[in-house]
Amino acid sequence: MRSVSVAGVGLTRIKEHWEKSLRDLFAEAALKALDDAGTDEIDAVYVSNMGSATLQSQLHLGAMMADAIGKRGITALRVEAASASGGVAFHEGVKAVASGLHDCVLVGGVEKMSDALPGEVAAALAMAEDQEYTAYTGVTKLGLNALVHRRYMERFGAEAKEIAMFAVRGHEHAVGCPHAQYPFKVSVERILASPMEADPIHMLECSSVGDGAAAIILRPAEEAEDGVEVASTAVATDFYHLTERYDITVFEAVRWAAARAFEAAGVSHKDIDVLEVHDDTTITGVVSLEDLGFVEKGKGAAFVAEGNTARGGELPTNTFGGLKARGNPVGATGLYQIAEIALQLRGEAGPCQVEGAETGLAQSLGGLGTTCAVTILRRR
Amino acid sequence: MSVPRYWREIKYRYRLIGEMCTDCGAAFFPRRAVCPRCGSKDLEECKLSEKGAVVSWTVVRNPPAGYEKYAPYVVALIELDDGVRILSQVVDVEPEEVEAGMRVEATFRRVREDGSSGIIEYGYKFRPVIE
Ligand SMILES: [Zn+2]
Repeated sequence: MRSVSVAGVGLTRIKEHWEKSLRDLFAEAALKALDDAGTDEIDAVYVSNMGSATLQSQLHLGAMMADAIGKRGITALRVEAASASGGVAFHEGVKAVASGLHDCVLVGGVEKMSDALPGEVAAALAMAEDQEYTAYTGVTKLGLNALVHRRYMERFGAEAKEIAMFAVRGHEHAVGCPHAQYPFKVSVERILASPMEADPIHMLECSSVGDGAAAIILRPAEEAEDGVEVASTAVATDFYHLTERYDITVFEAVRWAAARAFEAAGVSHKDIDVLEVHDDTTITGVVSLEDLGFVEKGKGAAFVAEGNTARGGELPTNTFGGLKARGNPVGATGLYQIAEIALQLRGEAGPCQVEGAETGLAQSLGGLGTTCAVTILRRR
Repeated sequence: MSVPRYWREIKYRYRLIGEMCTDCGAAFFPRRAVCPRCGSKDLEECKLSEKGAVVSWTVVRNPPAGYEKYAPYVVALIELDDGVRILSQVVDVEPEEVEAGMRVEATFRRVREDGSSGIIEYGYKFRPVIE
């Protein structure tokens, strides 16, 4: 297998893009990434997306998006793993270049959520869960997170305000981020005073509806001028039903994917200078920190409240705002995370920069910890 | 929704039928082809307990399409007395009255309507046990 580099990245701002279609958004990010990589010669396009079948009644995105950037005759397909689609598509793109099958791959994620009404978006997101026995109960994705959130507080004695600090940090980090949806600070008092979304989760602890696209160009490392290398990628899955997990406060898929990614990269936790985790609500961010192995189980919320995940802290986490503040255009989110790690390692993170970052990790979740994709990048 | 998609689940949803591994004794809901604990493919249907206790719960305030008229409603992870866990709405209770360990029992209720002329779906919801 050959070493693979991140040769280019392109991001759109995340917001409600009323004037842009799914195709417009994808093309914008993809063309920026190609420009960044200084190439126009790609031989495959992997499109990550979760909701277009219901939100736009649109499928066959591989061909659609390849054509949108003026490419015919190349391999193109869509990858779907709920909100882990971006991380899983990246894993597949890396395999294609590492194996020698392709020499230049574009992995692009896109989601356009503002085309649908709130109930339609909630139903689309609930498609990550079993329609017959989970979504059937009327539970939402946020409702499932809430079951974990409540149990976590009860089991470990974590306080609501400690867990809410995850969102406070995200908003602090998003200030100045050009692609963030909500680049402003929010106080913990304001978060805890916001209405309940799915008790005990407050509305301001939840990532929101947004449109966006993120694209990354992958090439063999020896040919790339840019110095960001894919150290490893790993994907793992868990029981599809939350009810069958032995402990709902543990995301075993995260543990498995992390173990494999760290081993394959040959790095340890202390080598990680910058981290992106999947905080679709505050609790998933906290649990992810623990199950990735950075914090002891049950101590994640206190770790965040103490300031360890701040930009100047021991483990700078979600340095562009995370899902909460940068935004969560579901199928594209995993690629925003990976692109942000690459920008950090290139020293091009602007006001979000973590000085001297050499190694970074991005983790995305599909469903409630059901699929986990872990990517480790390093500067060469 | 097609009619078969509804009726194929009726037995399991109306009577709480799960599946038990004949090799290791583990029970599951919903049904499975392979036991995830021991790998056995020898599973058979089993009747689940209709009583249990709330492990964790939430109140869905912004429901998905099709559930609007029930909101806000309680959804709980329930551990049945036979150890199998199930996700269900908890009804006939005010959200603030629900607590961990609360005893609940299965009840047969309307779950949702598939549009104005479609199938009316029924199934289990749970309610507090009155001792
Ligand atoms: Zn078994």
